[in-house]
Amino acid sequence: MIRALAVLVLWAGLALGQGLPGAPERQLADPAQEERARAISRGLRCLVCQNQSIEDSNADLARDMRMIVRERVALGEKDDQVRGFLVARYGDWVLLDPPFKLGTLVLWLGPGLILIAALATVFALARRRARPPQPQALSAEERRRLKALIEERDRA
Amino acid sequence: MRLRYLLPLGLFVVLGLFLLVGLQLKPREIPSALIDKPVPEFDLPPVQGRQRGLAARDLRAGEVSLVNVFASWCGPCRVEHPLLVELAAKKVVPVHGINYKDRPDAAAAWLDSLGDPYDRTGADLSGRVSIDWGVYGVPETFIVDRQGRILLKHVGALRPEDIEDKIMPLLRKLGS
Repeated sequence: MIRALAVLVLWAGLALGQGLPGAPERQLADPAQEERARAISRGLRCLVCQNQSIEDSNADLARDMRMIVRERVALGEKDDQVRGFLVARYGDWVLLDPPFKLGTLVLWLGPGLILIAALATVFALARRRARPPQPQALSAEERRRLKALIEERDRA
Repeated sequence: MRLRYLLPLGLFVVLGLFLLVGLQLKPREIPSALIDKPVPEFDLPPVQGRQRGLAARDLRAGEVSLVNVFASWCGPCRVEHPLLVELAAKKVVPVHGINYKDRPDAAAAWLDSLGDPYDRTGADLSGRVSIDWGVYGVPETFIVDRQGRILLKHVGALRPEDIEDKIMPLLRKLGS
């Protein structure tokens, strides 16, 4: 009996410890709106854990931010408006997908430019290697020495 | 010595410089989106047992002010607290506090035992006002100018050098 109870308590502890993100929160009644809120949350960075989305994070702040996203969705705001609300407070950093603008040009184009430079280098090296070095014509001096050597061998 | 043999060395130096700069960056410190913007609209009741709450209009009243977001459950807040008490005692700038997601009795007990540097306090029980301020971890400290614009945000516990090198020069510039 006691053992059964202990197992039960342990199970309950495990279930609580799991802390499924989003599970114990009040969700939106409309499943379509809830799905939209979750999709938005998946694209927002948790500011405490930084490389998790607020949908994946157990942090307290992430929970509050998810609730804000739900409230805004329930108010009938568009996805961009919901994101804009948090961007106004936390900056572009809060977006896991950084916007394409002047300040992020290097971020977006940098890898492509590096790739192009690398490919160009590899291509140039490959071409140089494919072409065997052309033998150069002998100079007058070389021809004279060669002739001297051959004559010397013939004499021997 | 042909120059091309120096190329790998050059690349290595450039890479090393990038890594060196990367080491100095603080990825935990997210630049505030609210610098040079007016403080968000809010109106908070005082922390339990205190008389003066904190609202946006208090920060537009023509005085430079320091706003510190704190909580009794936050370890670094305890570390920086004596500095705030000292700063408030010098009366160089009014120090206001936003109490982030705290139990009212815990916040009151904390201020009673450690000293209360705050001119006004706002109890942000839900944490929503702090989110409007772009707060993502306590403690955070803001300097607000006479018109109620946010000029500076400091994330994490204040150290004496932060006050000497960042806050005091700014306050002097503002003529506070």
